[in-house]
Amino acid sequence: MFCESFSDKVIEHFMSPRNAGSMPDADGIGNGGDPSCGDSLTIYIKVKNNIISDISFLVFGCVAAIATSSMTTELVKGKPLEEALKLTDTDITEALGGLPENKLHCSVLGATALKNAIENYRSKTPWLQGENAQ
Amino acid sequence: MNQMVYADNAATTALSRTAFEAMLPYLTTEYGNPSSVYSFGSNAKRAIQNSREKVASAIGALPEEIYFTSGGTESDNWAIKSASKLSQNNGKHIISTAIEHHAVLHTLDSLKEQGYEITSLGVDTYGQISLQEICSTIKNGTSLISIMAANNEVGTILPTVEIGAIARERGILFHTDAVQAVGHIPIDVCTMNIDMLSLAGHKFRGPKGIGALYINKSIKLPAIIHGGGQEHNLRSGTENVAGIVGLGAALDEACTNMKENMRKVSALRDRLISGVMKISRVKLTGDPANRLPGIASFIIEGIEGESMVMMLDQNGIYASSGSACSSGSQKASHVLLSMGLPSQLAHSSLRFSLNEDNSENDVDYILEKLPAIINRLREMSPL
Repeated sequence: MFCESFSDKVIEHFMSPRNAGSMPDADGIGNGGDPSCGDSLTIYIKVKNNIISDISFLVFGCVAAIATSSMTTELVKGKPLEEALKLTDTDITEALGGLPENKLHCSVLGATALKNAIENYRSKTPWLQGENAQ
Repeated sequence: MNQMVYADNAATTALSRTAFEAMLPYLTTEYGNPSSVYSFGSNAKRAIQNSREKVASAIGALPEEIYFTSGGTESDNWAIKSASKLSQNNGKHIISTAIEHHAVLHTLDSLKEQGYEITSLGVDTYGQISLQEICSTIKNGTSLISIMAANNEVGTILPTVEIGAIARERGILFHTDAVQAVGHIPIDVCTMNIDMLSLAGHKFRGPKGIGALYINKSIKLPAIIHGGGQEHNLRSGTENVAGIVGLGAALDEACTNMKENMRKVSALRDRLISGVMKISRVKLTGDPANRLPGIASFIIEGIEGESMVMMLDQNGIYASSGSACSSGSQKASHVLLSMGLPSQLAHSSLRFSLNEDNSENDVDYILEKLPAIINRLREMSPL
């Protein structure tokens, strides 16, 4: 059950996750997963001038889910929303130096929660979307 | 420098020194085939017989009722598949429980596909079955009852004496998967009216890859492996001599020291349980009273089990979780779900399993490290 070999990067992010914690004044919040299935991720973003100025996460999940959450936030912090939206599960997996096959679904969790957070922000600020849309 | 604490003895144990030393000659100089007629072979044959006697005496059986196998899984497969075939004229209804090991569960699944009817008894919040329910489930076509002696995930000890009595009274074959019980708590196939019993060497400090099935001498169970006629013609193949010798030596040692081990290990377990229960949002799983001496199992709310196991690992502590996060994801422990825990909590399980190799220092080290690990993971948990 627990014999997957994780990359050093996965272990490193698991043991020292970046941007962990909630964000009471977030501009957008997005969820991924379902606690009853064993993993649940919430991503919080702060947006300034259409750029993710701050990001954090809370996660209930396995080693890969925690590492994925941490890596997702690291990859898009300081990036424009448009660019962040293009982040795929494969990008996250690659940045982590790979994931065991039966853990690949964890990287989907990161991309999904991020996308939902951005959509949540945009739905709350429809007046900004016209002028910023490219 | 981290200490190393092995607290996963329900998964497997370290080989005992006694077993190791007993095995050594059969891995080196005594390599004769037990089936050979010359004296070199008969040394091995005697060693097997000697081990068979030790196993028999450990569970109150006769030596000729002990058959060596490759382990608990094979014993379970053999007992259930062959007994169901043997007794199918009496009917094709089998009674078992929802908390069996996969070796039993999946074997029963395979019989279901062959037209057997399987009743899987539910359990209460302690993982206990209801004897009344067994009685009311038994019907004309019931031909086999297979119920474990003690559960591996939560340590609950099931009422084997009573189940055996019910089965014997009604003339139904009774098999028990006693892999977690043998060598740890008293087991007697006579007073418990057990017809077949599975055991595995590596759960009581014997070697891996060796186990045994006890078959009551009145039962003519069909063979599991055909060939040269070893194991009274029921389980052919040249014997794993060193494994058999190691299993016998380890079980003999475990039974000789059982009283003392039970006292020592259950004291360690209780020390661990009371320490862990001081942490907030923690639940003990399994039966608080009828419990294996070594099993301390918990729900740690808000944290997924595997991440706890990994962080313990990073601190040199080896424990396990019933939760396995893998694709499909719906892999919470069937035992915890059967005990009525919601799926989310069932993903938050943590099991320490101790044995006589552990010390108070080990328990204190776990109790020193665990609260900080739980805090860290809870700080980043949305639950």
